[in-house]
Amino acid sequence: MSIATVDKPTDDGPPRRAITNQRNASDKRFRAVVTAGAMFAFVVLALIAGFLLFRGFEVFKEFGFGFLTSSTWDSGTGESLEGASFGVAAMLVGSVIVALMAMILALPFVIGTSLFLEYYIGKKLRAVLVSILDLMAAIPSIIYGLWGYLVLMPYAAGWAETINKYFGWIPIFKVDVENFDASPFISALVLGLMIIPIASSVTREVYSRAPQDQISAAYALGGSRWGALKAVVLPFGRSGLIGGMLLGLGRALGETVAVLLTLNLVFELKFQVLASAGGNVASLIASRIGEAGPSEIKALMAAGLVLFTLTLLVNFGASIIVSRTSKVAQ
Amino acid sequence: MSDTSTPSIMQEVQPRKPWVNRGQSVRDMVRPTVLAGVVASVVVLVTGLAGPLGFYFAFVLAFIVVSFINGMRHDKVKAIDKVMTTLVTAGFATAFIPWASILFTVFKRGASAIYFGYFTHDMAYTAGDDELGMGGLSHALVGSLLILLMASVIAIPFGIVTALYITEVKGKLSGLVRVIVQSMSGVPSIVAGLFVYAVVVSRYSFSGFAGAISLAILMLPTVARTSEEVLKLVPEDLRSSAYALGASQMATTFRIVLPTARSGLITASMLGLARVAGETAPLILTAYYSAVYSLKVTGQPLASLPMYIFQNFSTGTDTALTRAWGGAAVLLSFIFILFIIARLAGRGSRK
Amino acid sequence: MENDDINLTVNATNTNAATGGNALDEGRVGTNGLQTKGVHVWFGKHHVLEDISLDFPANSVTGLIGPSGCGKSTFLRVLNRMHEFIPGAAMAGEVFLDGEEIYGPKVDVTAMRLKVGMVFQKPNPFPSMTIAENVLAGLKLANIKVQDKDSLLEECLTRAGLWKEVKDRLKLSGSSLSGGQQQRLCIARALAVKPKVLLMDEPCSALDPASTLKVEETIVQLSADMTIVVVTHNMQQAARVSDFCAFFLSDGGPGQVVEADRTSVIFSSPSDQRTADYVQGRFG
Repeated sequence: MSIATVDKPTDDGPPRRAITNQRNASDKRFRAVVTAGAMFAFVVLALIAGFLLFRGFEVFKEFGFGFLTSSTWDSGTGESLEGASFGVAAMLVGSVIVALMAMILALPFVIGTSLFLEYYIGKKLRAVLVSILDLMAAIPSIIYGLWGYLVLMPYAAGWAETINKYFGWIPIFKVDVENFDASPFISALVLGLMIIPIASSVTREVYSRAPQDQISAAYALGGSRWGALKAVVLPFGRSGLIGGMLLGLGRALGETVAVLLTLNLVFELKFQVLASAGGNVASLIASRIGEAGPSEIKALMAAGLVLFTLTLLVNFGASIIVSRTSKVAQ
Repeated sequence: MSDTSTPSIMQEVQPRKPWVNRGQSVRDMVRPTVLAGVVASVVVLVTGLAGPLGFYFAFVLAFIVVSFINGMRHDKVKAIDKVMTTLVTAGFATAFIPWASILFTVFKRGASAIYFGYFTHDMAYTAGDDELGMGGLSHALVGSLLILLMASVIAIPFGIVTALYITEVKGKLSGLVRVIVQSMSGVPSIVAGLFVYAVVVSRYSFSGFAGAISLAILMLPTVARTSEEVLKLVPEDLRSSAYALGASQMATTFRIVLPTARSGLITASMLGLARVAGETAPLILTAYYSAVYSLKVTGQPLASLPMYIFQNFSTGTDTALTRAWGGAAVLLSFIFILFIIARLAGRGSRK
Repeated sequence: MENDDINLTVNATNTNAATGGNALDEGRVGTNGLQTKGVHVWFGKHHVLEDISLDFPANSVTGLIGPSGCGKSTFLRVLNRMHEFIPGAAMAGEVFLDGEEIYGPKVDVTAMRLKVGMVFQKPNPFPSMTIAENVLAGLKLANIKVQDKDSLLEECLTRAGLWKEVKDRLKLSGSSLSGGQQQRLCIARALAVKPKVLLMDEPCSALDPASTLKVEETIVQLSADMTIVVVTHNMQQAARVSDFCAFFLSDGGPGQVVEADRTSVIFSSPSDQRTADYVQGRFG
């Protein structure tokens, strides 16, 4: 046998038949209908982006990049964009500050909750506590906001005052006016509380897939429970934790009512998180749309587009990270 | 080589669990708890920490120190392990304090708003700051139900069909559809509201129907993703045997797959409903609020529970705030009921 | 030695529980090595092991052989208290390590596990650590301070027969090695905390023949100064590496030791017909 014949498998054996699958007419129709229905999500998402772009386009044309860098919000005559001046910088920065702070505040509790549920208690108790956690994730944001304003704020303003007293020399903890109510700090506390169940359900899921044989190996080497968690589970679950936190971040960036009720909106770029002034794109839209004239509505549409893009990017990043971990785990 | 034991009378050997040392583990818990409690009390008395929260904070700190010292009697590894156990447990327990506070406040303060006529009256002749015992939330409850019903009619079929596309039709775009659904679940609720405002409200008017569309957009991804998971659980063998009997794909899907997954699909729908039942932001921009009981879902604003809470919160007086808590109690109970239905249906599907 | 007396009396009271248990060497309880006395194991209501009394003399290799499902691996885990992680586990009887009962009320489990190393069926190096970090992982986990880490690293890898192959890439991830190398890395990892006993649960079942041979060589060399217990499905392997053999069998009920003796005796002139059938490959 020469190598040449091995390299040329062309006329080797009978020709392969193509497998044909003629579906009957009703199945064809069924598949077409289902396919069309599945495109609904696609169409809706495209429509949202399209309409916001369409309605906000004039604003982007008029103010260009300045819409993202300016902080003035002045609707002028209210009818046309001439004489008006719109910029979401303060709101956008405010959204990011509040969401990031919420993440930082939630992080230790997300790790604690995930580890506790997965490695510190038995199966039965876990099932009960996980259901409770799911239930907490379903509490509407307006109730979080109501509680945040009426119950938490008196306490939290006191905490803010204490932080300001001892750490006021750090720029972000400085305040110009001694009013600690409705600050980004308080909004972040409420949002942090909201994202704990969301982020920890993802994180817990990934932690639970940590390889049991490696955990056994850590114990067999004389490791304590914490030793095993630190050597195996935490490194294994790192990207799950990041993914879960990013998912929470996306939620926090887009949250409206809980922030609207607990944050004092001010059109000024500020980095003092304990002071009673902050910004938030979603709350801006909800609070202004009622009395907005035609020009301001366009500006709000543009602001919505900015928020939409931002959360889309964050969520996209989160889902990529989470799906990558689940593949590694398999 | 011989037996060390004498072959003796068969005697029942009792199982034991030497690693479970109840007496010791109880002692291990009680001693540091008492010690930390004493230390915390002293700290609260000496320093400015006050109230139950201050005590809790001091207690956790004291517990960490006590468990470290306790562990150090063995070695550093044990000490670190004990400290981390305390920290992890505290991380979990601390998160539950605010949740307990939320539930407690909602139902305690809400209870004072609720009276016999609360579910049969609307707010047409009552202002938010009128005294309690007048008016009610019948309009908001009915409005919420109408909006949710319409949202379900849109979102549940499309959600299930989207899931069917991925699991049954297995079309070329399955991957893309999944990504789209994922992205859609990240759409901020205010953006969904803004979209409907631009498309519907700005041309016609605020209406319950507009509210339903915005909620359907938010509901769809939850229904689609949960349904997909449920449909994947239907064993491939069932489909194969249906095909082997000469059934078409349509017949297999409608006669075999969907009925098998029925209770799971109910769970998916209930979870979707629970996700949007409390949404407020999109309703501010779409259904808005009306104080009057109405079943008309087009041409005029329609009340809903979240907007009832929001409206009373905005009024801001004591009685209005109590009404807001009352609305919150009703809304939360409604969501919990949806959850329980989802859970029961889910349990049915596992059997 | 006072200690021994105490243990002997403890055992004397317990011997009536042991019905027909086999021991490898009599009268050694309370000295070096590892002994079990009338060990039973239950998982929930399921009785998995019945009355196992075995003696593992110091500096020897003992093979645990028998068909699958007879409780060999469970028994191995009883020896370092790893089976208690399984919900519903319960046991009876005693296990002595150097004359000390490891299930005693005052025993520090993690300290005990430091004296009993374990190698698992599937190689399981920690993927987040380098080769060097993997070897020294046990020290870090148990917070043991060592003067000269480099020489310990070299010593452990040399004893595991891996040093020559990895000395130039100690900073690479443990998962970059081949399966056989990974398993020897896991052996090196177990050696770093200087255990007196090494438990191996089918250490070669996931390896190719060449790697298997290497690991077997390592086992024989290590037995010069430590007690080794190997669970294996492979009769030839048991014949090659072990000094003693214990044959486990379950007749549908709980697993029992049919026969335990010097490996040469088990393979040439076993006293029980079932042992003879098994080692000659007639069942299992």
